[in-house]
Amino acid sequence: MTELIVTGLAAGYRDTPVLRELDLRVAAGELAAVLGPSGCGKTTLLRVLAGFHQASKGQVLLGGAAVVGDGMHVPPEQRRVGVVPQEGALFPHLSVGANVAFGLPRKRRGSGRVDEMLELVGLRGYAKRMPHELSGGQQQRVALARALAPEPQVVLLDEPFSALDAGLRAEVRADVRDALHATGATAVLVTHDQEEALGMADTVAVMRDGAIAQVGTAQQVYTEPADLAVALFVGEAVLFEVDAVDGVASSALGQLSLVTVDDAASGVGVAVARPEQLHLTAAPDDAAHAVVRDVVFHGHDATVMLAPLVATGALSDGGRLRARVQGHVPVRKGERVRIDVDGPVRFFPHATTERVAGTRSGAY
Amino acid sequence: MLPEAARSAPAITIAGVVVAIAAAGPLGYLIVRALDGGVAVALQHLWRDRTLELLLRSAGLTAAVTLVCIILGVLAAWLVVRSDLPGRRVFGVLFMLPLAIPSYVGGFTWISEWPGLAGFWGAFLVLTLVTYPYVYLPVAAALRASDPALEEVSRSLGKGSLRTFLLVSLRQVRPAALAGGLLVALYVLSDFGAVSLMRYDAFTLGIYTSYRASFDRTPAAVLGCVLVLLAVAITVGERRARGKAAAFGLTRVGSGAAREAMTVPLRRMRPIALLGSAALLLAALGVPVFSLLRWLTGASAAIDVPVLLSATWSTVEVSALGALLAVLFALPVGVLIARHPSRLSRGVELASYAGHALPGITAGLALVFLGSRVFPGLYQELPMLVFAYAVLFLPLAVAAVRNGIAAAPARLEEVSRSLGKGRFETRLRVTFPLASPGIAVGAALVFLTAAKELPATLMLRPTGTSTLATELWQATDVGAFGAAAPYAAVLIVVAAIPAVVLGNVFRKSSDAGSGGGR
Repeated sequence: MTELIVTGLAAGYRDTPVLRELDLRVAAGELAAVLGPSGCGKTTLLRVLAGFHQASKGQVLLGGAAVVGDGMHVPPEQRRVGVVPQEGALFPHLSVGANVAFGLPRKRRGSGRVDEMLELVGLRGYAKRMPHELSGGQQQRVALARALAPEPQVVLLDEPFSALDAGLRAEVRADVRDALHATGATAVLVTHDQEEALGMADTVAVMRDGAIAQVGTAQQVYTEPADLAVALFVGEAVLFEVDAVDGVASSALGQLSLVTVDDAASGVGVAVARPEQLHLTAAPDDAAHAVVRDVVFHGHDATVMLAPLVATGALSDGGRLRARVQGHVPVRKGERVRIDVDGPVRFFPHATTERVAGTRSGAY
Repeated sequence: MLPEAARSAPAITIAGVVVAIAAAGPLGYLIVRALDGGVAVALQHLWRDRTLELLLRSAGLTAAVTLVCIILGVLAAWLVVRSDLPGRRVFGVLFMLPLAIPSYVGGFTWISEWPGLAGFWGAFLVLTLVTYPYVYLPVAAALRASDPALEEVSRSLGKGSLRTFLLVSLRQVRPAALAGGLLVALYVLSDFGAVSLMRYDAFTLGIYTSYRASFDRTPAAVLGCVLVLLAVAITVGERRARGKAAAFGLTRVGSGAAREAMTVPLRRMRPIALLGSAALLLAALGVPVFSLLRWLTGASAAIDVPVLLSATWSTVEVSALGALLAVLFALPVGVLIARHPSRLSRGVELASYAGHALPGITAGLALVFLGSRVFPGLYQELPMLVFAYAVLFLPLAVAAVRNGIAAAPARLEEVSRSLGKGRFETRLRVTFPLASPGIAVGAALVFLTAAKELPATLMLRPTGTSTLATELWQATDVGAFGAAAPYAAVLIVVAAIPAVVLGNVFRKSSDAGSGGGR
């Protein structure tokens, strides 16, 4: 059980800075997801934590002891940081058992630790197999068992599920999460898949341009994004032009309540609602806000694309609105509907959003 | 991505630099020795008619053999890969077998059948027949890997098969043909066996005669330096030419699935192509095999079994030790190039290729000087010969080991480090096992090349020891062809086994590279 603390971390390749003053704190035994678009530096962060890449500045503490700091760089083999790379990277010349035993001291190799680890990841009896005889999901589990076997202080997972197909992914994800919690290991998962990050992690750190933009629980990051860019990256968003006075925003769709952190907000700005917050009811012409242009059915829910009939102040989707409805779809293509926004929305004054809204609106 | 490049592993860097010094050392000492009596004396030896005469003879032979080899090799490769030549699969295998015949065995069989061949034409014929596979193999691989779409486009644009061959196919294989031509040129330039058997006074033979004839060895050292310069000039020239060719390269980009190229019907040319291929094989394989069999079964074949056995054992022993040392040298160099790219590691790589530009006779000469002056205890002892092999054939080992290491994912090494294994242990337990196919290929290549090596062995072999190559050369030197035949036969067997295995590996990998064989 080890706490991971990263402060002011900077790193790069030759003249290209990748990490800029990055701070991150992962509590002991916690599973944290670092979520960011490709190219944001999350893999570099992981490589610095593991000791594969040298930081140019900043500090990394593992359980209170510095492994990076003041020009010091503890080599990877002395850090006790386990790594689960993309696609597993099992040693192709070693059996499953030998892969798992690789990091164990010689005297512990026969002690049953290998079987214990294989059991943990649900692969009991696979020790004699060779890696090429395993499926992708099984390889990924062995990679986790191999990383956990020597009882590392922290386990780092680098997009470990991206190579798996969708059905397998959910299953392996749940198993990996259980195995990590069972051992009480502190873990950092790096991913660009928001579903993975939100669904698996205790804490989500949204990363952007080499720094952490927001840290919080999945719920917090989703409902109270720190800025408009985070709101747009984590989940889908519907943006409205609103006028806020003391925590209440007036919009073309009526009065919208704001989330607690925006209680005192006032001024002209952008309100962020999630598509599932838009509640649709069929309405007569004079009470309708929009007409249904398209319904995309996904099974568990459906996406409804709406063309506004009145000035709704919608900023995203080229002026269109995107709603998500669960179960029964109450509206049909061509129907006129009234839109009600359920629950509080997040508000960002215009001063903080110009750049992002300008580049993002209509990008969907 | 440059993992840890900033603080590249110090131990491996030191080992690499030591190897670089060892590899370039003999060459350096040769230059020092040539200037031993002062620059004026060296220049005096240099500006003699004899030097120019040797130079012209060697250059002429090299140019003629290289040119003919490129033509033969490209034609043979095209016939096997692209035409409807009957039995082209069988031809494909047979065409590369002459690789296993050392030049002096080829020379011995031809001169023993037709003594009148001695001189330029004999040396030209024998060297062409044993070296054309150096062009044939890479060109055939390049043709298999090249994109047939380009040839199809050319045909669809109205160019006939001959014009397509000239305009498109030849451009596609130019880098491969030039690389093969370089190998041929270096082989001919440094060949000692064939020219000495054919009594063609080329540079290498000139150096040997001068070394034997006089106690003053400065002339031999000066001539050796000139030979090295020639080899370097050829290498640089080929790099330039190939760089240009590669810039216009027409090989496939990306790794899309290879399509079967269309087969060009030979039509009326078919009998001629068939006849030509058969004639080439008859000369390159038939004559040596027939002649050896004739001498072996002939009356004058008195096989001295104990000497034959001891020569065979010595050959295997020195070649195996040479292969071992070459691979040991190649490991740090390969790791440095593949894992820690930097200016220093490029320098180390360059120094390890010194053997390429170092003909066997000059390597022998340099080590004789080193041995007699600097390490008298090692002169004409086994370690000296093993070291010579390691330096001469280090480029083969480095190329194979580097490719093996580069093929092993670096990520696996990182995983091992994260599991608590240090650099050294990671190399032993992860990198080297994964690179073992490449390392094995390197060792086999060095073994087979060392077993055939003649001039350095002749000069450096321990007193009282003889190898198959030296026994063969000594017997033919006095015209005892019947006595020479058994050594030649055993030598071909010793060299052919690894050659056939390597040929299979080579063909498999090139087939895999082109999306599966037929």
